[in-house]
Amino acid sequence: MLTKRIIPCLDVRNKVVTKGVKFQNNIDLGDPVEMAVAYSDGGCDELVFYDITASAERRPIDIEMVREVARAVRIPFAVGGGIETIEDMRRVLLAGAEKVSVNSLAVRNPQIIADGAKAFGNQCIVLGMDPVKVDDDPRFPSGYEITTRGFRERTGMDALEWAKRAVDLGAGEIVVNSVDADGTRNGYELTLTHMIAISVGVPVVASGGAGTPQHLIDVFQQAEADAAIIASMIHTGEYTIAAIKNDLVKAGVPTRMTW
Amino acid sequence: MIAIVDYRAGNLTSVRLALEALGVEARVTGSAALIAEADRVIFPGVGAASEAMRNIRELNIESALRSAITSGKPFLGICLGTQIIFEFSEEDGGTPCLGIIPGRVPRFQPTDWRDKVPQIGWNNVALRRQHPLFDGIKDNSEFYFVHSYYPAPSDATYIVGETEYAGTRFAAAVGKGNLFATQFHPERSGRVGLKLLENFTRWDGTC
Repeated sequence: MLTKRIIPCLDVRNKVVTKGVKFQNNIDLGDPVEMAVAYSDGGCDELVFYDITASAERRPIDIEMVREVARAVRIPFAVGGGIETIEDMRRVLLAGAEKVSVNSLAVRNPQIIADGAKAFGNQCIVLGMDPVKVDDDPRFPSGYEITTRGFRERTGMDALEWAKRAVDLGAGEIVVNSVDADGTRNGYELTLTHMIAISVGVPVVASGGAGTPQHLIDVFQQAEADAAIIASMIHTGEYTIAAIKNDLVKAGVPTRMTW
Repeated sequence: MIAIVDYRAGNLTSVRLALEALGVEARVTGSAALIAEADRVIFPGVGAASEAMRNIRELNIESALRSAITSGKPFLGICLGTQIIFEFSEEDGGTPCLGIIPGRVPRFQPTDWRDKVPQIGWNNVALRRQHPLFDGIKDNSEFYFVHSYYPAPSDATYIVGETEYAGTRFAAAVGKGNLFATQFHPERSGRVGLKLLENFTRWDGTC
């Protein structure tokens, strides 16, 4: 049976993994390669790296870091942040990443999804999105608006419409990273994740808000997510991946238990 | 030397790095001469079947691949490499392939919306028979899959391991003499995947 994936997220700034709340007050956590190895050995199913300041500072992604991670771990990982062109995607994939994640870039230039899917295959192209809940507004039928650039800019785009369009263009996976839930540890955004999961034919990854194993159980069982990104709850050492997975198994969530 | 066949079908970095981790000498190559010279051949690939077949013809390596298999040297197909070893893929409106193992490669046809296509993630492989490449690997170990099409051999005796997805039980690993091929990615499948690759580097091609 296909298992639900647990994906630690490593936000990297100047070669150091950091974590903050809603992109504020970041604290340094450690070396990205060492943390990747530790989480991989600890039983995670995949990893994702965001070069979080690349986009804001308009500098290219740290390819050497991608190479080091690829050398050190034998599980798939995705890289996002700082990707501007098809050539950037090629460099990241050739350095050993399994997929690239585009977010602000795809909002500015949706064609990059189609071009990337054509060049590397749909399975390599992940659309990341940062939706925020909005009050009744006819422009946003789903009730959520897409933001970009680390939540700093609103786009006027409806989250569900954008997800569907991205899949039509060739995105092989959608990461729904809730602005409202990010870093709060109060649980994933279940409503929008579910809405997107039942509306698109590709896997949907929930992101933002995980604080307890029950939050993962909820997002898998209630919101039908295919994978869940976690950060603070393991970065702080409060939970191990094995402990989270034990709870998932008890709740009946299909989970990979040997690694 | 192990030849990792580069026929412009996707990213071979992870295969190369996995062999590097095992301390085995490997060359990424699209040359018929190097495929002939190699002790072992790995035939990976992601992407579309029709373009892969076109590249194989353009690079003029089809006969080198066939000779490698008939010569008896250990040969490992991975993902798209595995699919085009079959006779026919349904991809791109139907693509005739190498026909080394009889059978077809259909697309998943999920009836439940929960079954997304591509299948992305870790799924268990149930062994149908013992094979040297699964030595030291527990039955029903999970491997990493990324695919929309799956191998359907017309002769079940070629099936080594099976996996269930989207209402279908498909051949996740097939074997025919010195030829072994997986739909999953051993190079991305953690410790079990690396064990399978290590078994391949030591395999004499018999079973």
